[in-house]
Amino acid sequence: MANTFAFAEARGGQLRKVAYETVTAARQAADATGGGEVHALLIGGPGIAAKAQDLGRFGADVVTVVEDAALAHYNPEVFAATAAAQIQAGGYRAAFFAASAQGKDLAPRVAASLGVSMASDLVAFTLAGDALVGRHPSHAGKIITTVRLAATPAIATLRPGAITAAESPKTPRVETARPALDPAAAKVKVTERAEQGAKQLDLAEAPVIVSGGRGLREAANFKLVEDLAAAFGNAAVGATRAVTDDGWRDPSTQIGQTGRVVSPELYVAVGISGAIQHLAGMRTSRVIVAINKDKDAPIFKVADYGIVGDLFEVVPRLTEEVKKAKAH
Amino acid sequence: MCIKRVPEMELRFSIAPDGTSLVESGMKFDLGDFDSYAVEVALRLNEQQGPGEVTVISLGPDGVQETLRKALGMGADRAVQLKADAVPVDGLAIARALAAELKDGGYDLVLFGRMATDTANQTVGPMTAQLLGLPCVTAISQLELQDGRGTAVRQLEGASEAVEFPLPAVLTIDEGIARPRLPSLKGIMAAKKKPLETKPAQLGAVQLTVQSLELPAERAAGRIVGEGADAVPELVRLLQTEAKVL
Ligand SMILES: Cc1cc2nc3c(=O)[nH]c(=O)nc-3n(C[C@H](O)[C@H](O)[C@H](O)COP(=O)(O)OP(=O)(O)OC[C@H]3O[C@@H](n4cnc5c(N)ncnc54)[C@H](O)[C@@H]3O)c2cc1C
Ligand SMILES: Nc1ncnc2c1ncn2[C@@H]1O[C@H](COP(=O)(O)O)[C@@H](O)[C@H]1O
Repeated sequence: MANTFAFAEARGGQLRKVAYETVTAARQAADATGGGEVHALLIGGPGIAAKAQDLGRFGADVVTVVEDAALAHYNPEVFAATAAAQIQAGGYRAAFFAASAQGKDLAPRVAASLGVSMASDLVAFTLAGDALVGRHPSHAGKIITTVRLAATPAIATLRPGAITAAESPKTPRVETARPALDPAAAKVKVTERAEQGAKQLDLAEAPVIVSGGRGLREAANFKLVEDLAAAFGNAAVGATRAVTDDGWRDPSTQIGQTGRVVSPELYVAVGISGAIQHLAGMRTSRVIVAINKDKDAPIFKVADYGIVGDLFEVVPRLTEEVKKAKAH
Repeated sequence: MCIKRVPEMELRFSIAPDGTSLVESGMKFDLGDFDSYAVEVALRLNEQQGPGEVTVISLGPDGVQETLRKALGMGADRAVQLKADAVPVDGLAIARALAAELKDGGYDLVLFGRMATDTANQTVGPMTAQLLGLPCVTAISQLELQDGRGTAVRQLEGASEAVEFPLPAVLTIDEGIARPRLPSLKGIMAAKKKPLETKPAQLGAVQLTVQSLELPAERAAGRIVGEGADAVPELVRLLQTEAKVL
């Protein structure tokens, strides 16, 4: 019986959805290997300790909180040193991080400092015998690689949305720890920070993503996409590279091989052709809807439901119908 | 700077009978997208703030020499092949071999692509930095150097950050930073005479291996619900009753 580690990612003083997913994964791993404990690490600014209990809902037995005014935002060196120290001390069988922007920066540093390799961006995994076996979309999503990681601890990052957070209520013991490195000693200093659209749902959090492409013709027409997202109520807005390159949308909203990789419950592609680099970022979505006037557009090959037609007619109607459906 | 030879993604892949590798015939190989941005960044820095030297390193079988020659053709000065029978999927093994090559310093920056487009692991850069004990910034989209310090911009989800760091440092390069040049004919000719050194790669123990490769399950054939706005009510009904996402 071995304990399992989960890194609980927070932002702006709140736990992210991926934190629940990571704890869920650790709970499943612990239960599958004889029912050890799940230990979560939560790092943040003043007040973050108040979120610790919340991790118990998803099965954390122990939450170690590192609260420091200098750690309200991600600091790679301090987070890595602190996570590595916790993992080292805990003697865990496995340690999970989110394959978020932060987790992809953090986990390799932790793994290398512990002298173990790691598995990246898994959409599913099992712990079997002495190895962690996981599935990872590679080659722009055109291949699924099953990797075998024979290392202790087995460190892995998990694709946001791939593991569904599942409740498994516990009342966690909350412990506090100090950062393993003085934040003032970090070599890389953040000199400026610009938060983008804090009130909007983040692409990694949103159960629904509505994305627009060049078919919208001009930036102002993204209003149609925004209105549809607003009608869903739980949707974020994404874009293709054609659109972000033209400056219609912020580059942080680009979905695809060179942008964000997402896996929402529902992905609605509006005026998007479905280039392979775009598909690499969204093809693991649970349900895909495409609206395109070209019946041969490649997006229809991955879409569960398609409407062939002029988006300027279809989207406003869809917005109305979704509003009606939501009103019930 | 460290570059990887990767297959072009536009082509159709097929899996070899061993189940753990891809059929290479019919595949075309090139410098990965992010690695080509990284080469461009190195060349521009050298042109603007040089004269310095741009060394390209690639770990792998002899096929990587073609990739190294391409970077030399773009304008890099010197190439090193860390020879291995195959490129392991294990990021730490690669990082160890690169760190062994880089441990004696003599550089201001070590540049990586944000990710290799084949493995999509995103681990080799930060792992190499950790092994070398150097400051590291990943996925940067802007870079400037001045007086022995660098500043870079990186995108986090929901925020963008400007960071400052001392040199030498390890950086991984996101796209958007610079459009990579194509090797000129003159560059290609010159590349033939540039030094390309081959040494054995010191990979050490490999912990991460490929157990199997699969083509992703084709998404169950989707359906065209209909044409035009009239198809919307049926779509909404399907989203509610069949897909249960509304
Ligand atoms: C190295 C590299 C990396 C890349 N990375 C990414 C990436 O991360 N993400 C990404 O998205 N792209 C990426 N691309 C770009 C990608 O190849 C495509 O060029 C891009 O995705 C196309 O965007 P689009 O679908 O918006 O535009 P288009 O391909 O121009 O498609 C527009 C679509 O809108 C439809 N349309 C037009 N008018 C209407 C209308 N009135 N009603 C309904 N439909 C309409 C058209 O039929 C067409 O299918 C990358 C490319 C390269 C080379
Ligand atoms: N075999 C290799 N030789 C040299 N550099 C490599 C090799 N593999 C990966 N890299 C570098 O590490 C980056 C990230 O690779 P990865 O961690 O596999 O996504 C690549 O963009 C390259 O810059």
